[in-house]
Amino acid sequence: MEEHKDDVGSKIGMWIFLLSEVILFGGLFILYTAYRYKFRGDFHLAAMELNRILGTLNTVILLTSSLTMALSIASIRKDSRASSFGYLAATVFLGLLFLGNKYIEWSAKVGHGIYPNSPDLLGRSSGEVLFFGLYYAMTGLHGLHVLVGVGLLSVMCFFVVKGRIKKTDFILLENSGLYWHLVDIIWIFLFPLFYLMT
Amino acid sequence: MEQSNRIQSATRRTYVIVWVGLLMLTGVTVSVAGMDLGQLGVLVALTIAGVKSCLVFLYFMHLRYERGFFFKLIIPVTVLLLVLFIGMVFTDIAFR
Repeated sequence: MEEHKDDVGSKIGMWIFLLSEVILFGGLFILYTAYRYKFRGDFHLAAMELNRILGTLNTVILLTSSLTMALSIASIRKDSRASSFGYLAATVFLGLLFLGNKYIEWSAKVGHGIYPNSPDLLGRSSGEVLFFGLYYAMTGLHGLHVLVGVGLLSVMCFFVVKGRIKKTDFILLENSGLYWHLVDIIWIFLFPLFYLMT
Repeated sequence: MEQSNRIQSATRRTYVIVWVGLLMLTGVTVSVAGMDLGQLGVLVALTIAGVKSCLVFLYFMHLRYERGFFFKLIIPVTVLLLVLFIGMVFTDIAFR
């Protein structure tokens, strides 16, 4: 039986899904902005407490992982599976590094008694409670997307090794790459929103 | 089916140049944030984020090299509409 394949169709499907992701995060961006205008002073105070160096480091990590992802697809196009696998593994590693930093950052915050519903946080002004609520919700949802991406790309690593992803058929890698780049774009906006606009 | 994957793609060199550009823009946005421009700083930060995401859309997600109605028209228009909606909500909140 001949297998039915439609690469353009699956790419279009991926893009539609990605646009729905933009709507998901867009709603949260609007929520953030609305509260930011309402509680400008509190948001200013709370944002000063975030670690700008860790945030910048994570931005660099994620941008670099996007480069290795793009290079992995460029390699498979040239039929060099080994280098495609290498770049893909580097992407997974950078994704894990991002999550590791996030873990360090969150534990420091939790260590200072700042986590949703903590007695310390509830003792603060309502604007600061909202800021940290949005901080945990938005970077948490984004972190979840990174985690899913790391899982997805690990499966793709396996497929490259097994030869299921090859020069003539790499749409799975292509669509995974699109997802990974979108997660990067979301971070490009989250970073200034939480770490820079003080 | 194989034909669809044969679209022209960016070279490795282009990818590296785009990556350097993204890192430089990150440097700019971090140093601008240290300057305390007030509300103007928000505009600058969001503009830089917009430019960075355009670079990712066009080169890493190779929208620039795609062909056809869907990629050339539907996606850019949808993204622009979303930006417009979110931007209009921003201005509504700011000038209420």
